[in-house]
Amino acid sequence: MGEIMLLIFVFVIAGFLGVELISKVPSQLHTPLMSGTNAISGITIVGAISATAIAVNSDGWLGTVMGFLAIVFATINVIGGYLVTDRMLGMFKKKEEKK
Amino acid sequence: MTEILNAGITVLYMISAVLFIRGIKLLGKADTARKGNTLSAVGMLIAVITVLFEKDVLASFPLGYGLILLAVVIGAVIGAVWAKKVEMTGMPQLVALFNGFGGLSSLLVALTQYVNTEEAKPFEGITLGLTIAIGAIAFTGSVVAWGKLSGKMFKKSVTIPAKNALNACLAIVGLIGICIYAFSGLNSSLGLIGIIAVTAAYLILGFTMVVTIGGGDMPVIISLLNAFSGLAAAFAGLAIANSVLVVSGCLVGTSGLILTLIMCKAMNRTLYSLLFGSFGASASKKGAGSGKEPKAMSVEDAYLILEAASSVVFIPGYGMAVAQAQHSVKELADKLEENGAEVNFAIHPVAGRMPGHMNVLLAEANVPYEQLKTADEMNPQMSNTDVAIVIGANDVVNPSALDDETSPLYGMPIINAFEARTVFVLKRGKGAGFSGVENPLFTNDNTVMLYGDAKQTVSALVSEFDDV
Repeated sequence: MGEIMLLIFVFVIAGFLGVELISKVPSQLHTPLMSGTNAISGITIVGAISATAIAVNSDGWLGTVMGFLAIVFATINVIGGYLVTDRMLGMFKKKEEKK
Repeated sequence: MTEILNAGITVLYMISAVLFIRGIKLLGKADTARKGNTLSAVGMLIAVITVLFEKDVLASFPLGYGLILLAVVIGAVIGAVWAKKVEMTGMPQLVALFNGFGGLSSLLVALTQYVNTEEAKPFEGITLGLTIAIGAIAFTGSVVAWGKLSGKMFKKSVTIPAKNALNACLAIVGLIGICIYAFSGLNSSLGLIGIIAVTAAYLILGFTMVVTIGGGDMPVIISLLNAFSGLAAAFAGLAIANSVLVVSGCLVGTSGLILTLIMCKAMNRTLYSLLFGSFGASASKKGAGSGKEPKAMSVEDAYLILEAASSVVFIPGYGMAVAQAQHSVKELADKLEENGAEVNFAIHPVAGRMPGHMNVLLAEANVPYEQLKTADEMNPQMSNTDVAIVIGANDVVNPSALDDETSPLYGMPIINAFEARTVFVLKRGKGAGFSGVENPLFTNDNTVMLYGDAKQTVSALVSEFDDV
């Protein structure tokens, strides 16, 4: 029970931290910010890897297949998300060097 | 030995969570944004390497490692190719699609966890159920948003009779499913029914929720679904007791929610009316009968007006993105500046299909940052502006938002283009905007229409300047 309460504690604190983090963001950064946080939501890849491993250990073929797909989709989200965000921000950068 | 390993894993997860927090913070400032993105990517790398040392993962050697590596390689190649290949104009739908994959992944993690567990405690059952529910909404909702934005599917807004009642039923069926699973104790057949019920109900709910929403509101919806996929990851973290998932998922969830609210505020709408109202579908077509026809003008005449103008404001919208006109627009802006005019870009917070969409496109075309003005900065100067050039924007310059209480747009802050001495509207045809609402700006006395493809029209104007 102690571990569960601790996780809920972390959940709530992280939630409020997220609210505070992005109070003032200039509007031209909204799209990159959305895309960048979207890449972070791909953190579910960590859960996917651990769940797949457990499925492999217990020889559950259904779990293994679903876990495998979960890793693939999460990786697309992570890699694609970071690269797209970087591309967008790179355009802002280029312009700043010019001025 | 295991003690030390576990402590090490916790410390590494902590480091990656800190990098995410720092990364999001830096992403919010123009000069540090790229660094912030890199920091958060490093955090992700650390988290992924760390999980490989968890007890269960180590135990799956070598088959598990092989599968994990294969899956990561497949995903990385697909993600990298898409991210490199996409045009800047196609960015919104790609982000929607990535987001859908994130939701799907959380959904699959929960289902995998379900088949892995022999016996679920109520707490795990509930969090697992919520992961499935939120992940499923994020998945189908994002896919619908992707379809709408790319014009591949569900382009017309669909009306579902008694939509709210239907959605409420689906939500309740799903919640009952979660309860059945969480409290039926074992992985009984009853629990399986519960899991199937929640998965199916929320997959459908994501679809019915988004498909009825008009394309003009898609930016807000994507942002909301982004928050959902974060929350799904956080609940997955609670279900499998992984702290880094809880922290990062919840950060994304709430920061996404705030971003969504910022966008709603820019449109003067509440999240409630957006989700439960029926905007796009029931927009009244009345007000079309002012009887006046918009005046068209040739490029040559337009050039003469522009040549005499000492201040020009560009007001870009989604049409500029569709026509890929941003580079031509930049050229025209340069010509006007050479001609001694003051040039600015007025950017409405929800112009385009994503917040900041126009800023990204104009940045791609090297438009200087100082020329990009918000609606609040630009509106007071609008009456001193000689020419306002509206490029493929419609609802964000619709004056009925200010004075027509019957208009569905009423109350939304707009860019007051109608106050400029002359207004050019570059438009493909005579139809109404994305929201389907008539725009009285087009029939104003000081408005002239330049019909045709925005890129061609702008290029034609540029060559008029060259010819002199």
